[in-house]
Amino acid sequence: MKQQQRNILIGILLVAFYFAMGFAMDYRIIPPFQQVNIYLMGINIIAAVSLNLIVGFTGQLALGHAGFMAVGAYVSAVLTLKLGYPFIVAVFAGALASFLLGILIGLPTLRLRGDYLAIATLGFGEIIRGILINIDYVGGAAGMNGIPKMTTWTWLYVFTLFTIFAIKNFLNSTHGRACIAVRDNEIAAEIMGINTTYYKVLAFSLGAFFAGIAGALYAHYYFLIQPTTFTFNRSFDILVMVVFGGLGSLTGSIIAAIAVTALNALLIDFGGLRMIIYAILLIVIMVFRPQGLLGTKEFTFKSLFRDKERGDSVC
Amino acid sequence: MLKTNRLSKTFGGLSAVSNLDMELKQGELIGLIGPNGAGKTTVFNLLTGVYVPTEGEIILDGQNIVGKKPYEITALGMARTFQNIRLFDSLSVLDNVKVASHWHSQYSLASTFFRLGGYYAGEEKMTEDALELLRIFYLEDKKDELAKNLPYGEQRRLEIVRALAAKPKILLLDEPAAGMNPNETQDLMYLIKKIQNLYNLTILLIEHDMSLVMGICERIYVLDYGKIIAHGTPDEIKNNPRVIEAYLGEEA
Repeated sequence: MKQQQRNILIGILLVAFYFAMGFAMDYRIIPPFQQVNIYLMGINIIAAVSLNLIVGFTGQLALGHAGFMAVGAYVSAVLTLKLGYPFIVAVFAGALASFLLGILIGLPTLRLRGDYLAIATLGFGEIIRGILINIDYVGGAAGMNGIPKMTTWTWLYVFTLFTIFAIKNFLNSTHGRACIAVRDNEIAAEIMGINTTYYKVLAFSLGAFFAGIAGALYAHYYFLIQPTTFTFNRSFDILVMVVFGGLGSLTGSIIAAIAVTALNALLIDFGGLRMIIYAILLIVIMVFRPQGLLGTKEFTFKSLFRDKERGDSVC
Repeated sequence: MLKTNRLSKTFGGLSAVSNLDMELKQGELIGLIGPNGAGKTTVFNLLTGVYVPTEGEIILDGQNIVGKKPYEITALGMARTFQNIRLFDSLSVLDNVKVASHWHSQYSLASTFFRLGGYYAGEEKMTEDALELLRIFYLEDKKDELAKNLPYGEQRRLEIVRALAAKPKILLLDEPAAGMNPNETQDLMYLIKKIQNLYNLTILLIEHDMSLVMGICERIYVLDYGKIIAHGTPDEIKNNPRVIEAYLGEEA
């Protein structure tokens, strides 16, 4: 099968999936109390894929992804709820604010080699929470209430695909290769003419940009956001998805985001036991599959059709 | 073309390189030899900006490059290989080479995200250039393999290909024949000569294999304890008593 045919097929499948899910949700084939999980999956996919760009592909450990989601959520909510801007403007404004904060945090910490970013982002997540609690304009500890529910299935789907394809396109380019080179061997990358600081900051702030989108979608689906919505636990959850799916595999992150979200939904009845089961599962995965579900490989249609293709070329 | 003036580097109290004066002229193939620990690789690290010299100057095309970042020095026309192989393990052979052509085949981030024309043109050019280099080093049919899966000798050759992809004027080779058998070393000698003529390169070569060094170098610098102890043509070096002393020890 040729590249072009494959792209058309993927396009058709994506459109078909959009309508099938939309239909299933409109006609309550998927019950409304389960639909929340569908939305959460989309949001988690955006967060996990963007964090994988930072941790998996560029090799920089970041522990404050929820902090960037908080920035996206609050900025966009202020714009729609208080200032009456359209949804799409608010989402991109939230993402842009995250992006700029990413540069601000990335520049001083990523100039250095080593795990300074992990500490800085850990602190960043807590600072954001502390700041939000103390700003009365955004509701302080009570958070923001009555955010218009503008995250529809269509917007969710569009933004999820936008994120996946933007990051995929980035990675399959000279810029993405530069990031992977930094991860594989930072010294060699710099000697081969790559401005390593630039690419580390770029990957980090791009990841923050998409985390901002995830946060904005979250705010406009859940009606209410509070500083405690975006704690370290959420950052950690996203990191688990990335590690679970495989550091350096986009499709791995997508599958893991769906699986972990579904697992969380299933375990909700277990209450206190939930975190214990979750932790045991993590240990088991790390023991038996330390590289994650897909490692650095990607799930592609090409791999599905590979055998058939070989058959074709022989004939 | 490349010149160092009283170049020195100390690590704490240890003087790794002291008062090094070297000169490379356009199109020369120069050898840098010396016993283990003489400071040869430190010289490479100073030239490429990995270390900042304690004292002295490095003049490249009339410009002092001391204090510049490694990637800036690469853009000025210097590329190197590593003694301990440093390939990008998880990238394919082809992508390893394309990483090095990053700095001169740039297309914008916008065309990356939205797959504009610039992206396709840029990628095609990079792939073509990379394949041409791989062909010279007999690695073309390995282009899709991961770098880490190549046999040792091919990894060494890939290191050279990758350095060439940066389109340098000066190429620094750090023990390119390390671990190769005599036949492979012979092939490598031929290849080094070939790329030197083909790309009009100035080459500085660190090597322990004397047949290689004596066979292709026009001039040789001998380093011992961070100082140049001899300098001259291969024949002069072979018979220089100080060189023999450095390698074999003093006669009793």
